[in-house]
Amino acid sequence: MQSQATYNYKVVRQFSIMTVVWGIVGMLVGVIAAAQLVWPELNVHEFLHFGRLRPLHTNAVIFAFGGCALFATSYYVVQRTCHTRLFAPGLAAFTFWGWQVVIILAAITLPLGYTSGKEYAELEWPIDLLIAVVWVSYAIVFFGTIAKRKVSHIYVANWFFGAFILTVALLHIVNSAAIPVSMNSMKSYSAYAGVQDAMIQWWYGHNAVGFFLTAGFLGMMYYFVPKQAERPVYSYRLSVVHFWALIFTYMWAGPHHLHYTALPDWTQSVGMVFSLILLAPSWGGMINGVMTLSGAWHKLRTDPILKFLITSLSFYGMSTFEGPMMSVKTVNALSHYTDWTVGHVHSGALGWVAMVSIGSIYFLLPRLYGKAEMYSVKLVNAHFWVATIGVVLYIASMWIAGVMQGLMWRATNPDGTLTYSFVESVKASYPFWTIRFIGGVLFLTGMVLMFYNMVKTIAGEKAYNAPVLAPAAAH
Amino acid sequence: MDINDFRSIITVLGLLSFLGICAWAYSRHAKAGFDEAARLPLDDEDLPAGNGRRG
Repeated sequence: MQSQATYNYKVVRQFSIMTVVWGIVGMLVGVIAAAQLVWPELNVHEFLHFGRLRPLHTNAVIFAFGGCALFATSYYVVQRTCHTRLFAPGLAAFTFWGWQVVIILAAITLPLGYTSGKEYAELEWPIDLLIAVVWVSYAIVFFGTIAKRKVSHIYVANWFFGAFILTVALLHIVNSAAIPVSMNSMKSYSAYAGVQDAMIQWWYGHNAVGFFLTAGFLGMMYYFVPKQAERPVYSYRLSVVHFWALIFTYMWAGPHHLHYTALPDWTQSVGMVFSLILLAPSWGGMINGVMTLSGAWHKLRTDPILKFLITSLSFYGMSTFEGPMMSVKTVNALSHYTDWTVGHVHSGALGWVAMVSIGSIYFLLPRLYGKAEMYSVKLVNAHFWVATIGVVLYIASMWIAGVMQGLMWRATNPDGTLTYSFVESVKASYPFWTIRFIGGVLFLTGMVLMFYNMVKTIAGEKAYNAPVLAPAAAH
Repeated sequence: MDINDFRSIITVLGLLSFLGICAWAYSRHAKAGFDEAARLPLDDEDLPAGNGRRG
């Protein structure tokens, strides 16, 4: 039975296309920043200095690339699994345009030097206000759609998307609380002081990882892996248990960013213990995703979209093992402030977040234009290999550089003086920074292939809006 | 009551509700609903008519 109404694919299309565009922009800025570390003379102007481009890079890849991917997939998944059109289409359109304005404002203000100095929350207060309005609108559209669903179940992917939306609203509003110097000034000061400010910042920071960069992307996994593998989730029970385990634990892991600081020792230990516990729900999710393929492993040989999705889960498993390990205080004493952290973040960001997003967008793009496949499946496959080699080069070089830096910084002579000056560790890092640069260039090249493939897939095609289908079984 | 008692009670309640969720998720009771829910994305033809499924 087919009704006349069609799903709202327009906003999904807009966000999907911008995912690829912002992916290229954000990763290009990352490649430039990586090049500046190898060739410092590339720091040509204060607007284009490493210190200003680096937060532009992180904001662009996390919130522009990752954010657009999350908006696109959540709007698609919630409509299809609830068998209903998006609630408040006007508000949904506002989330698209509002989010793009936020991104453009970030791209202007960060190089100009406007920053609140909070990592992953650098944007100043007027932009923070706009983010809050867009995000609350997002929540209204998403939960409004859930409320008018035509099936009784709320599919597990929507639980993850919902948790991500709610938690990010809470995190953003609490952490961004600030007092402007005046209403005519971009400058503001945090509403919190001292170590409380640091703790709130890293409560925000780690949950940005846990909810923005994990829960939302697990929502993608729970829809697109079963869909592409054409099999149901390996264990629905496990998905319920690992959802609640993640929710109950992630909130407490933030203090591991503040080991050996002014933060009370017991708080650091709580953060460490909860980070260790997090291994269980993280691997629960990873195993659930990978095992969905059991009995259909042969599909991995021919289907590059599945390659992206399953490889992303392998990197998710790797980085969620590495993370708890690095949160152990004694390990952290070696790893913190070194490139090991940078390697760890990119194993999660490129290997997990970017790859699962890329796989999902390759799934979506043809469907949004009424086609079964991308213009060139071969190019998707090429993208997969270029990206994978890029990630491996990136994280391997950062591991080596990081451990080397940690060991050099702590080395002492028999008389207690430091064996190496800081600049010696910088000098020793150059070869690895060069390898990292090459890895980044490869990953960016993959995104350019994706852009070309996207343009060819869309060219000459009419936008397609699928009819709203009645649920399969009587619920 | 000291605020720390309140905090302890919340922590214990949190743990108990998580254990409750685990027991419910693995009960026979929930299985039929879960099996049905797991089919939700699959029992949904998302390719346009005449553009049949892949190979």
